Amino acid sequence: MEATIALSLDLKGLSCPIPIVKTAMAMKQLAPGQLVEVFATDPGSVPDFKAWSKTTGNPLIESGEEGGVFRFLLKKKEVVR
Amino acid sequence: MSVATLERAAAEPAAQMPEPAEKLVIFAWSGELDKIWPTLILATSGAAMGKETTVFFTFWGLFPLVKDGVRITGENWMQKMLSMMNRGGADHLKLSKLNFGGAGKAMMMHLAKQHHVASPQELMALAKEMGVKLVPCQMTMDLLGLKREDLIDGLEEPAGATTALADAQGAITLFI
Repeated sequence: MEATIALSLDLKGLSCPIPIVKTAMAMKQLAPGQLVEVFATDPGSVPDFKAWSKTTGNPLIESGEEGGVFRFLLKKKEVVR
Repeated sequence: MSVATLERAAAEPAAQMPEPAEKLVIFAWSGELDKIWPTLILATSGAAMGKETTVFFTFWGLFPLVKDGVRITGENWMQKMLSMMNRGGADHLKLSKLNFGGAGKAMMMHLAKQHHVASPQELMALAKEMGVKLVPCQMTMDLLGLKREDLIDGLEEPAGATTALADAQGAITLFI
């Protein structure tokens, strides 16, 4: 089943660490498995979202760029029982 | 990187990697703007990564915690002199180099605004909101003449080195 995007965050123009911080805070409101898309312009957010996903276990489903805007699609991790 | 690769990377168990530390403890010793700033950037990032994050403020690191309206602190003339010569409060931090009597600092703040870099004040508010524990050091508060009521709200109860080191067990630790 294709999950729909539960939340879209516009964090364009903001610098480190705000894109990660705001995303982490917003994802607390989501249920496991829900998707969030994030738009950012800080080039440092590309490695940062990758590292954040790896350390927190929230999968980074997509990472792309279009016209200087980076888009990240993240999935809130399932609860491990 | 393709979508498939990213998904695989995310799903890979961190088998070869050491178990990531679940705690971050920063000892904020310096009261300078260019040290407090990265301290707060790292603290908010640590909290965003789900780490139990503590900042232990000691020595010069206490002065950024002084309330806006508080000017002269201390009991005796030495402590009062100290607060006169080393003004507390997040608005009065200096750069460790190129401060030029505040001109360098003003330029740095201007650049930060241009580049949409969150200010130390904004980061401090975020840190509190995210549950970062901000602990002032009791001994240096007494030494430097800072009372709990001289410091901003939202801090933990003042504590000592043992509390800080107990928190730091098994944590990533930084001394800034």
